[in-house]
Amino acid sequence: MASCGRAAGAGEVLAAVKQALNDEKLQARLVQTGCIGPCYLEPLLDVQLPGQARVSYGNVTPEMAKRIVVQGLRTGQLPSHHAVGHFGDGEAPVSPSLPRFFDLPMLKPQVRIVLKNCGFIDPDDIEHYLANDGYAGLMRAFEMGPEGVLREVKEAGLRGRGGAGFPTYKKWEVCRNSPGKVKYLICNADEGDPGAFMNRSLLESDPHAVLEGMVIAAYAIGATQGYIYIRAEYPLAVRRLRHALAQMRASGFLGTDIQGSGFSFDITVKEGAGAFVCGEETALIASIEGKRGMPRSRPPYPAVSGLHGMPTIINNVETLGTLPHIMRNGAAWYRQYGTEGNYGTKTFSLVGKVRRSGLIEVPLGTTLRRIIFDIGGGTRKPFKAVQTGGPSGGCLSAEFLDTPIDYESLTAAGSIMGSGGLIVMDEDTCVVDVARYFLDFTQKESCGKCSPCRVGSRHLVEILERIVAGRGEPEDLTRLEALGETIRRGSLCGLGQTAPNPVLTTLRYFRQEYLAHVKEKYCPATVCRELIEYRVIPEKCTGCQRCVSVCPTGAITGPRAEPHNLDPSKCIKCRACYEICRFDAIAGDAIIIRSRRKMSDEHAHRQELR
Amino acid sequence: MEAAEDVFAGCVGGEGELIPILQRVQQKEGYISEKSVRQIARFLKVSENQVYGVASFYSQFRFVAPGRHSIRVCLGTACHVRGGQILLEAVQREVGVAPGQTSADGRFDLQRVACLGCCALAPVVQVDEDIHSRVTVLGLKEILRAYE
Repeated sequence: MASCGRAAGAGEVLAAVKQALNDEKLQARLVQTGCIGPCYLEPLLDVQLPGQARVSYGNVTPEMAKRIVVQGLRTGQLPSHHAVGHFGDGEAPVSPSLPRFFDLPMLKPQVRIVLKNCGFIDPDDIEHYLANDGYAGLMRAFEMGPEGVLREVKEAGLRGRGGAGFPTYKKWEVCRNSPGKVKYLICNADEGDPGAFMNRSLLESDPHAVLEGMVIAAYAIGATQGYIYIRAEYPLAVRRLRHALAQMRASGFLGTDIQGSGFSFDITVKEGAGAFVCGEETALIASIEGKRGMPRSRPPYPAVSGLHGMPTIINNVETLGTLPHIMRNGAAWYRQYGTEGNYGTKTFSLVGKVRRSGLIEVPLGTTLRRIIFDIGGGTRKPFKAVQTGGPSGGCLSAEFLDTPIDYESLTAAGSIMGSGGLIVMDEDTCVVDVARYFLDFTQKESCGKCSPCRVGSRHLVEILERIVAGRGEPEDLTRLEALGETIRRGSLCGLGQTAPNPVLTTLRYFRQEYLAHVKEKYCPATVCRELIEYRVIPEKCTGCQRCVSVCPTGAITGPRAEPHNLDPSKCIKCRACYEICRFDAIAGDAIIIRSRRKMSDEHAHRQELR
Repeated sequence: MEAAEDVFAGCVGGEGELIPILQRVQQKEGYISEKSVRQIARFLKVSENQVYGVASFYSQFRFVAPGRHSIRVCLGTACHVRGGQILLEAVQREVGVAPGQTSADGRFDLQRVACLGCCALAPVVQVDEDIHSRVTVLGLKEILRAYE
């Protein structure tokens, strides 16, 4: 029952199960869990009968849910239809061929540390968390003392999971050694990257993991007050956090003298107000102070002088969510995952044109190919690119598929790890359009304080808009590069410094596609609307009039039972006809390129002249 | 803002309270009116300019009264790649307003949002509290019909 599941219809499924249990007078315990990851199977319903392994059903409708529950509870035999996997090592309950859930192709290559509890425990029940070794990491931290915690985190080699991968202990050490009456710890749960939802899923599915991490971090640096800065667009996560905080206070994991350790710490939830730039540390601090979220130049770094001028540490949700596991199992255990210098795991939101989309966790050093093809199942149409790191990252082409995912390799390829959004693109995605999209986003989200970012990104967008509209010229490509370089060097904060990345990487790896736009006025992916046209394929059109009825501008006309006419001058390319056609008569192959048509017209004309 | 006490309850008048107060006002009234800006400025002892300056910086705050239902079209990357922009235009056509506005009959207001975090089910459109996933231009009409 995380946001994705709800969007897919989990609420209706839950209501149907409740109804069925009630109508049929059946006894069962109903538990709502968070997100287990494979969003493409949502809504998921798990059923466990006494003495049997838990069985998971995917793409469940309310009717199916009713049938599964009633049949299972009545007969003691769960139906096999739509069962996707079972949990535990015992015999498969439904049919001998039912795989273990974690042996499914999407899950088998994964290593779940941060996501361990997600989809298993009830996020609203602290007892569930405690039953899964919850707060054991904190208790061990208290035994080790703050210096011991710092040493453990240093030995684990944990690096910040929110962006560039700065060593966590180093930042902490600076803060710990900085003088200040009070120190603050902030959890950055703003997650402004479009296309990323790892943090939201973790907070919705296992809020205590992040909160336990906050207490551990605060203990290590000597902070007395904590803030969790979270997007207001994530109402469910906010609700669960507030609930979890109340439970922590009641159980003595928050407040004065936590568990008799002598350490006191409290956490306040601060809702963000929708500004991407607030993901930047100094902007986030300004926002908590009630100002416009504008960054300031550094140094001094927040670890020395941050919130209200006091030493402040800002850590990402995932960094904090990893801490309890490191404290519980030790640095050596954590270092067995990942590669030299890039230890542990990283969560990613795998989305876009990939078959199996969802939330995943893999050891650092896993290749893009393994993630996109083995876990994600590849793309339906040929793979074209993958965008990593959100608007600050870059688009990598197929030649990078064997690149291991780690901080250094991604940076070397011109992209970044970022918080972990992976957007997969196939041949139907236009990289110029994607670059324009990201620049439009950063331009709108620029705080406006420094001119390279404010004015520069605006110019980049203007050039890109010209190109996608078919009005670009070859010189525009060098303009983009020169301007991008200036913005990268001249901007005040990370937002501006990385803003040109999507343009620069696509220009580097997909130059041909830009050239097609500027020279031939041709969009190979048939995305840029100024460069495409819809038409009816007469051989396929049956004259059913469905498209006529949905066309908002009356561009399609035609007598019933005869091929229709589409007037391109009236067509606004809204795609309604394309979606409703049952005969593929306005399908993808009907999109033609204006310049191509012109060329072929000219060709025909020349032929006639001969 | 008749019951200003509600909104200011538990506040001591510090600068850091400006954004939470704006959020409470918007939750209560649906938007930030001129009158509430005046009251907030007086309470926090800052200028009205400063209140506007902060409120207009963040995309969450709006300055026109909302409709009976709020439509938010997601334009995150995953949604964009799967046709979010075309959906936004379709909503604009259906409802007859641009993002940031409220329809003349007060039925809908429309906003574009950066990302709703349901990327795996793109494209998504949120109406009030309901998130609709894998929305098509045609499915949209059906969805909006349910909100009168």
